[in-house]
Amino acid sequence: MSIDYSEKIPNNVDLAGDRKLQRALESWQPNFLNWWKTMGPAVPTEDVYLRTAVAVGREGWAHFGHVAMDEYRWGVFLAERNHDRRIAFGEQKGEPVWQQVPGEYRADLQRLIVIQGDTEPASVEQQRRLGETAPSLYDLRNLFQVNVEEGRHLWAMVYLLHAYFGRNGRDEAEALLQRNSGDLDSPRILGAFNEETPDWLSFFMFTYFTDRDGKYQLGTLKESAFDPLSRTCEFMLKEEAHHMFVGTTGIDRVVARSAELMREHDTEEIAPHGGIPLDVVQKYINFHYSVSLDLFGSEKSTNAANYFTAGLKGRWQEERRKDDHVLTEDAAHIDVVRDNEVTTEEVSALIALNHDLRREYIADCQTGLKRWNRVLEKAGVDRTLYLPHVGFNREVGLFREHRITPKGDVVGQDAWEAKKDQWLPTEADKTHVRSLMRPVYEPGKIAGWIAPPSNGINDKPIDYEYVHLA
Amino acid sequence: MTSTADPDRDTVPTVSFDAEPGSYRHWRLDLDGAAETGVAYLRLDIDEDGGLVPGYQLKMNSYDLGVDIELYDATQRLRFTHPEVRAVVLTSAKDRNFCAGANIRMLAGSPHPWKVNFCRFTNETRNGIEDATEHSGQTWIAAVNGTAAGGGYEMALACERIMLIDDNSSAVALPEVPLLGVLPGTGGLTRVTDKRRVRKDRADVFATRSEGLRGKQAVEWRLVDEVVPKRQWDEKVAERAAEAAATSSRPAGATGIELPPLQRTETADGISYRHVRAEFDRAAGLVEITVLGPEGDVPDTVERVHELGADFWPLAMTRELDDLVLRLRANELELGTWVIRTKGDVEDALAFERVIAEHSRDDWLVNEIRHYFKRVLKRFDVTPRSLIALIEPGSCFAGALLELALACDRQYMLDGFLEEDSQEGEPAQIVLTDSNFGVFPMGNGLSRLASRFYGDDSHVAKLRQETGRRIEAVEAMEMGLVTEALDDIDWDDEIRIMLEERASLSPDALTGMEANHRFVGPETMETRIFARLTAWQNWIFVRPNASGPEGALRRYGTGRRAEFDRRRV
Repeated sequence: MSIDYSEKIPNNVDLAGDRKLQRALESWQPNFLNWWKTMGPAVPTEDVYLRTAVAVGREGWAHFGHVAMDEYRWGVFLAERNHDRRIAFGEQKGEPVWQQVPGEYRADLQRLIVIQGDTEPASVEQQRRLGETAPSLYDLRNLFQVNVEEGRHLWAMVYLLHAYFGRNGRDEAEALLQRNSGDLDSPRILGAFNEETPDWLSFFMFTYFTDRDGKYQLGTLKESAFDPLSRTCEFMLKEEAHHMFVGTTGIDRVVARSAELMREHDTEEIAPHGGIPLDVVQKYINFHYSVSLDLFGSEKSTNAANYFTAGLKGRWQEERRKDDHVLTEDAAHIDVVRDNEVTTEEVSALIALNHDLRREYIADCQTGLKRWNRVLEKAGVDRTLYLPHVGFNREVGLFREHRITPKGDVVGQDAWEAKKDQWLPTEADKTHVRSLMRPVYEPGKIAGWIAPPSNGINDKPIDYEYVHLA
Repeated sequence: MTSTADPDRDTVPTVSFDAEPGSYRHWRLDLDGAAETGVAYLRLDIDEDGGLVPGYQLKMNSYDLGVDIELYDATQRLRFTHPEVRAVVLTSAKDRNFCAGANIRMLAGSPHPWKVNFCRFTNETRNGIEDATEHSGQTWIAAVNGTAAGGGYEMALACERIMLIDDNSSAVALPEVPLLGVLPGTGGLTRVTDKRRVRKDRADVFATRSEGLRGKQAVEWRLVDEVVPKRQWDEKVAERAAEAAATSSRPAGATGIELPPLQRTETADGISYRHVRAEFDRAAGLVEITVLGPEGDVPDTVERVHELGADFWPLAMTRELDDLVLRLRANELELGTWVIRTKGDVEDALAFERVIAEHSRDDWLVNEIRHYFKRVLKRFDVTPRSLIALIEPGSCFAGALLELALACDRQYMLDGFLEEDSQEGEPAQIVLTDSNFGVFPMGNGLSRLASRFYGDDSHVAKLRQETGRRIEAVEAMEMGLVTEALDDIDWDDEIRIMLEERASLSPDALTGMEANHRFVGPETMETRIFARLTAWQNWIFVRPNASGPEGALRRYGTGRRAEFDRRRV
């Protein structure tokens, strides 16, 4: 088969002039399309109003139009190259960044890219059936937008594997399509990406909390001394912002609708009235937040230290930090449990880099909470949502040995079991949320459990036909 | 001074392996009457002030690397230049002193890599002496006319027969353990048990008794073959030599060939010879070695081979490769990866090889060349560098030259052509010949193919059916003859990444890993020397009990006792 590269695969990596890349993509692309057909969105559509990146410039990266989804033009884009860029941290700080993979770091870089790449298609798989219960065409379109962009992010990682990692890279790119979310034989690498996204509240929570982890991981890879990885991640971050927007505004609208129903019926028990009680929203926050915290890895990590020292993975906004960017002499405090109390321990700053990134993430998550509480306040509801304690419900890191309440108290297993249902979604909660999930495909109409959006996409009205179903 | 200088602070000189009998400082090669008797005398006569490195005197006929470089040269010239020699008497020109072994001040003052490289080279030379006895019809006899201690006795052990003068004072000894806290590492421990068949309890006693053994007891314990009273000495030695010469397979009336000095150009970035080139890439820590295949006419008669002598391509190339390996090992410690290519015409390489195959049984010179190439290949096998063969279009890895690739840790073969090359000519090919099935055995006694496919004789048998045929990359890959067959799109990147990745790994771990992988299967005396004895010795060398400021090696000769860390490890 032959591909008209510039038209079929928008790119700024000179695909038309790169035989190596062409050959790799020629054999990979059909497998990708096959994967998209079998593992991608289950709802049949004719076309969807989607944003396509066709260039990296201001106009190019957000090109809107109705497209048939399997004709979506997944492209390969890197942010513009800065020819003077130098390594900002680690042992080789100050040296020019690498345009090729140094053999010494091949295995580590490949691993980082594979792990990042594995999450991208995973979320598409997790969200595969969500379209069947979309609360509006607007939301359905957003779901698909997120899905095609996760697909593009997969392409971005595959591009790096194909262009820089030779045969091993091609094999790993193939394996990204062979592992599938929740597959018993061949699951996705990270646990959180093997859980189904069963309902739209989960979807919004996922895009708010879990995609935000992705944002922070990409942010650290953007600092990488391996320049093609850095530039790829910089461009991906632009798209990631939209995913978080879907999450933030999605939860906004759920909270707004719940507040409205509470006032209308003068009760917190709005389930019988077709709403999602704030208790349930809080439990979903607790769950998704804690699971996402796990994705940052253990508080103490020698891998993270090695990646930093080697220049492979920096800190969030590395270059804005006011320190020596080498960290061999610095210390940091991490949370630990001692004598049944959460306290801190001083460790080498290099060992505590996962903790550092998690702290940045937590601060960012707080902004959503403020926003939703403002929605509640405006609606006159005397109630606030909050982030649970960092040690709550953790399965990875120093807290996994302990049971910690959302407030941060260390408790025994019995106390945990007794209160668990007040903190995490119960079967009854999930069943109720699922019961609300009925599709609304009429333009401009919206399901009863969620408020309408305040604006349409790309200045289109809310009742615009964002999706033409097949 | 309580100990000798700190060895790891000293710098070492660049070593040249050039030597020729006219300028030997430490040996006297006596060929008087050899034409009639077939016996040569090689007499050790160390010039005390002739050490290779300043800082020690070579007292008591003790040796350093410079002495062994001359010994190696003598063994080579005896084989190539003196076909009339059928027995070699190794003896001392000093009174009552055969050889005291490696110089202790030299060892104590040498950095670790120098000691290791020195031991490897001396081991190879002693193996070469045994090889001459076994394959050249030149039987070596040690005429131990004075005390032979440590490396001195080890030198004698390399000979087929050991005669000890019975003067009630001359002894053979391995005093390394009791006096120096190290091992008799030049094959001593191994040859005592494996070659001389000394019982292990006696070997234990012998190796811990600094004064050694002499007289009848030395014979009874099999440490020597016979003791001879002083007044019968010369006569008896000549008699034994004559007996050995009589059994030799060497032809009568043969004329040897000269081994002229190698034509070599050295620069900061490489060494080049007529048929072998090495380019250093210091930044990448590697050296690119290219062996050029034969050019010119193939000799049509064996007489023509003799006429060409040292210019005959297989010999010329082997000598150059030998010299290069020795120089790189001694002088270029930081070039940790050797990338090996060949360049030339496959058909020509095969034609030369046919000459060797045809005459190696009936012509002494051709036989010597074959065994010489075998020994040089063995040097690769014990070289502590990562060896990578790159098989590209225009290469001639055929038959004997394919052994070079098979000696490597990995083989990469280009499938097709590199884009920038013209697509004319033929893609890379390798050819199996009989040479790959036992003509050039490794130290473990197996061919490199049999080692590569150890335990899978049927596969080796299958490969045997494929001799003489041109094998291209994909097929070579299927047959297990190369590690990877890469096409032009992948070639540059894969090779670059592989070499960079290799260069980033621990040099010590690589050396250990490679040595383990290269020698599979059965142990021989040779592998036991290079693996067990050497590995233990090198471990002991880095331990403070030997080389620390209070260790036995450093305290030797200072009048102070060594302080040992008494914990057994």
